[in-house]
Amino acid sequence: MKRILDRHEIYVLIAIIVFSSLFSIINPRFLSLENFFDLLKGYSLMGIFTLGMLIVIVSGGIDLSFTAIATICGYVNALLLISYGEELNLFIIFLIAAGIGAALGMVNAVIIHKFDIAPIISTIATSNIFFGLLMFISGGKWLQGFPLWFEDFAKIKMQTLYSPEGTPYGLSIVSVIFLMLLVITALILKYTTLGRSIYAMGGDKISAKRAGINVFGIHVFVYSFMGLVAGIGGVVQLLLVNASAPNSLVGKELDVIAAVVIGGANLAGGVGTILGTLLGVILIAIMGNGLTLMRVPSIYINIIIGFLILISIGASTYRRKKTKRQRIITENN
Amino acid sequence: MVKPNIIVLISYYKMIKGANVDEPLLSLKNVNKNYGGVIALKDVDFEIMHGEIHGLVGENGSGKSTLIKIISGVVQPNPGSTIEINGLPFTSHKEIEAIDKGVMVIYQDLSLFPNLTVAENIALEQIISDHKKIISASELNQISKQAMEQININLPLDDLVNHLSVADQQLVAICRALTRNVKLIIMDEPTASLTSREVDSLFSLITDMKNKGITTLFVSHKLNEVFTIADRITVLRDGGVVGVYETTDVNEEEITMLMTGKKISYEKFIYPPATSQPILDCKNLSRKDQFDSISFQLFPGEILGITGLLGSGRTELALTLFGINQPTSGEIIFDGIPMEKMSIQKAMHKGIGYVPEDRLRQGLVIDHSFENNLIITTMEKLVNNLSFLDRGKIFKMVKYWAEGLSIKAPGGDSPVRTLSGGNQQKVVLAKWLAIRPKVLILDGPTIGIDVAAKQSIHETIKKLARDGIAIILISDEIPEVFSTCNRILVMHKGKIVREFYTEQIDQEEIRRFVYESNNNKEMIHEKDS
Amino acid sequence: MSLKLSHLSVLLIVMVVIFLGLWALCGNVFIGIENIQSMAFQIPELGILSLGMMIVMLTGGINLSLIATSNLSGIILGLLLKQFINPESTGLGVVVIIALAIMVGQLIAISIGFFNGMLVAVLDISPILATLGTMMIIRGTSLVLTNGDVISGFTSAMQVFGISDFLGIPTPFIIFLICTLIMGIILNQTTFGLKVYLIGSNPLACFFSGIKNQSVLLRTYIISGIYSGIAGLIMLSRFNSAKANYGDSYLLLTILASVMGGVSATGGFGKVSGLLISLIILQMISSGFNLLGISSYLSLVFSGIILILVMIIRYTVDKLQSRKI
Repeated sequence: MKRILDRHEIYVLIAIIVFSSLFSIINPRFLSLENFFDLLKGYSLMGIFTLGMLIVIVSGGIDLSFTAIATICGYVNALLLISYGEELNLFIIFLIAAGIGAALGMVNAVIIHKFDIAPIISTIATSNIFFGLLMFISGGKWLQGFPLWFEDFAKIKMQTLYSPEGTPYGLSIVSVIFLMLLVITALILKYTTLGRSIYAMGGDKISAKRAGINVFGIHVFVYSFMGLVAGIGGVVQLLLVNASAPNSLVGKELDVIAAVVIGGANLAGGVGTILGTLLGVILIAIMGNGLTLMRVPSIYINIIIGFLILISIGASTYRRKKTKRQRIITENN
Repeated sequence: MVKPNIIVLISYYKMIKGANVDEPLLSLKNVNKNYGGVIALKDVDFEIMHGEIHGLVGENGSGKSTLIKIISGVVQPNPGSTIEINGLPFTSHKEIEAIDKGVMVIYQDLSLFPNLTVAENIALEQIISDHKKIISASELNQISKQAMEQININLPLDDLVNHLSVADQQLVAICRALTRNVKLIIMDEPTASLTSREVDSLFSLITDMKNKGITTLFVSHKLNEVFTIADRITVLRDGGVVGVYETTDVNEEEITMLMTGKKISYEKFIYPPATSQPILDCKNLSRKDQFDSISFQLFPGEILGITGLLGSGRTELALTLFGINQPTSGEIIFDGIPMEKMSIQKAMHKGIGYVPEDRLRQGLVIDHSFENNLIITTMEKLVNNLSFLDRGKIFKMVKYWAEGLSIKAPGGDSPVRTLSGGNQQKVVLAKWLAIRPKVLILDGPTIGIDVAAKQSIHETIKKLARDGIAIILISDEIPEVFSTCNRILVMHKGKIVREFYTEQIDQEEIRRFVYESNNNKEMIHEKDS
Repeated sequence: MSLKLSHLSVLLIVMVVIFLGLWALCGNVFIGIENIQSMAFQIPELGILSLGMMIVMLTGGINLSLIATSNLSGIILGLLLKQFINPESTGLGVVVIIALAIMVGQLIAISIGFFNGMLVAVLDISPILATLGTMMIIRGTSLVLTNGDVISGFTSAMQVFGISDFLGIPTPFIIFLICTLIMGIILNQTTFGLKVYLIGSNPLACFFSGIKNQSVLLRTYIISGIYSGIAGLIMLSRFNSAKANYGDSYLLLTILASVMGGVSATGGFGKVSGLLISLIILQMISSGFNLLGISSYLSLVFSGIILILVMIIRYTVDKLQSRKI
């Protein structure tokens, strides 16, 4: 029992339950299946990004360039869809996005590893470079006019149900993509040597080297994976909006980091789980959604989320400090 | 020179036959190593036989760590040297290759992953070297159990390593070495954070491993422990081997002399009888779970030693006297005035200084200059009329203390990281002396400092006492407390169990009492008066 | 520290190279009075914000709420101005109201700095997360207050801060120079400044030496808040308007400028002179590219590349130096 209480995730879960109950009392529509599926679809993009971010943070790094990468992949694919739309299929689209994303991520990995530059600084720089190039080439314009099959794909649901008003809803394909990536990431982290090595490196980089872990390889994987995931996110963004909007993602990096951190990951590295991250996203989603259903204007949501982050971090910092102090004392004389 | 093909035949023969236990497990001949102009090792011949426990001792700067790095493959020696493991030549750039040959180092920091479980820590290296891509919990457990069985221990496999005690963490590190079929374990200062009971455990473990054919190289500066566990001792000094000795043929004093090349005489510190009021008076000072009913007086000009084994509460007591922690009951009376609600700033204002045990992390800002570290405690006084830092005053102060304590520091902005341990400690001392303290608490002031610098610091401490400062010296090195203190308190599990006046007894008595009281279940509260 | 010296030298070399390069490419118009004045008008915003970021980074932290704070400060100032001043009126009364409104705006910025400081210094929350949280709260508040719109139409008296000039030197630039000077004095001449550097390098040792870490950190974030408030004032004056998300791209640039200027990502080192040179470099790139008709996006790209180059040079110099030892 104590071990359960020790884990950060339980507190996030409790918060989710508390707020869900609160919101469903205020507005029963909150608990409806329709709301649930809509919410899932709406936050799938953020969820996808958090998967890559979790891995980066666990390895002891951070990546602020992923929105730029996602936007670039989205833009390139948008161009392709508009020009060659009928000859393409979804598989190729995702492949291209993943490929470009991974390649850009690799740039981050090489710079960070070879020149020992702090990830926050390096990825800020690459974010500027990527985004600047994108805006220069695209002129900041929205692109539209995707082939019909693309638009239709976005509307796919696993099981179409109908609400009392007759609007269709169901588990969107976009959510499915998110969930698939979630499972893959979870499996990698838990059951592969690579995954455990990422945790090891986040825990103690020097010991990781001594243990024979290929630190460069881990760096490459971690940032390329983030890039790959960002690329897929870029395509998902296209699906959701049915257009390419170069400006829309950049600036949202911190929301993603917030979700991962609320879920229990430690920015210093070595700590963090898929479950926690998922719960973090769910909590943010619920807060956003609950407030919307309460007819709270969306502009207040940022404020709430800000407080949420502070409270969550404050709480886990407090818990960590308590256990840390006990150990220092028992180790000294 | 033997003809090449015979060497090949012999090597081949050895490979088939297996190791010949009359031959050395590890053999180094003619090893030299220099870094730029600095000679780290000179003409070193070094041998470890199969199944022995070999001690390696030497001062800081003697070449110990370079030697370890060469043996473990981290560093390459200069060309012209021969290294053989089990008779086969060993030339490598990577730790991995040494590990493949069965040589593993357990560093003082243990190199574990605090955020991973015990099973993962034990088994991960093997899984990586086997190039396995998928990990299953059962495999991790199986590998771990196998290793633990070899030395008859049982650790909780699912616990995170950072929840374990340091002693248990060390066991994890040893198990990890066992998974790699280690033949030679090199332990670098393994007992630094262990209680004496844990040290005993470790020693019987090492002996156990010896019986199973695992050789141990025990590197430590705690000579008494080296003497307890090692069969033979190699002494390094100034980059060269002074000699290799059977433990039964020498004693500690001789080894110390060989390590330093000097005969160290320990002069007692004489303190004239107290004439004034005590500067510090502790009455029944207690802090929950740390120390209990501590009562003692401290007089100006005294050097009061506090000793005892790890876990006795000495540092906790010091932190409370310095104002970092609050006592749960009892009184601290400073210069006749009871102190309430202490804080560091209050303590410093009253004239209490604390030289912490962890010099590099608590005592100094190692990336900053000598100057900055010196003025850190007194900078408020080193300002001009505009309240700006007065470079002239600062310069004078730096000069004063550098000369006064013979601190050899390159000027300008060079970080104190580059100074020797002894000089670093002098910087810490200087910054505290700068506040003109009445009481100076020194916690393990000469840890990791070579003997010559140690003596210098001891002389400085005695001089400070003669100038009227009251000094509390916390140390677990009996010779140190015996030669610098006029009075010694022995603490055990948070209580003061005995008071000695150094004038009246000899060193052996203290040592015996300290080690025995650890074995006794009953606490004897006695005071010599 | 010989390391710092070479970083400064590297920066100076880069600055000269870029200066000469842009002069060659743009022609004499680059050194013309118009361009110099224009650069001098643009540097102050980024410059003052960067100073506010720098001092926080010196303690090993970061202030992600920097821009949001200037925006909110500007918004509140703007709202007060609109509420109490008729854009056409003039006179002493107006001046008084302006002064009061500015004070309120600054107070808001200082309070936010104080709040940040409390989170980091007292509650021991990691600066990235603390200022991330406050940034979101502040931004949300700004959006609520403005409804997402721009607030504009202020009395022309406000222009003095951002648009006027004094003997040919733009007023905001003078303000910027004063701010730089003050920061330089604080960091180099005061005991507080020395403590900032020491805490950034090893807070534990500072604690054991009697330094009140919490007090120093608190003051650091307050100063950061003050500077962001001043920047907010200048931005409002220059744009003659206030909005919730002005200068969002500035955030990354302030970090970029600080790091390029020699501030260590982990704290403890970095000089104002280095930051100043970096700012000049960044501004030259921005203006030069503008003169050449190159998209401003490309100057962003170029700045990012320069930053990485500077870090690479620093890394190689470090390696060469340590090999000598």
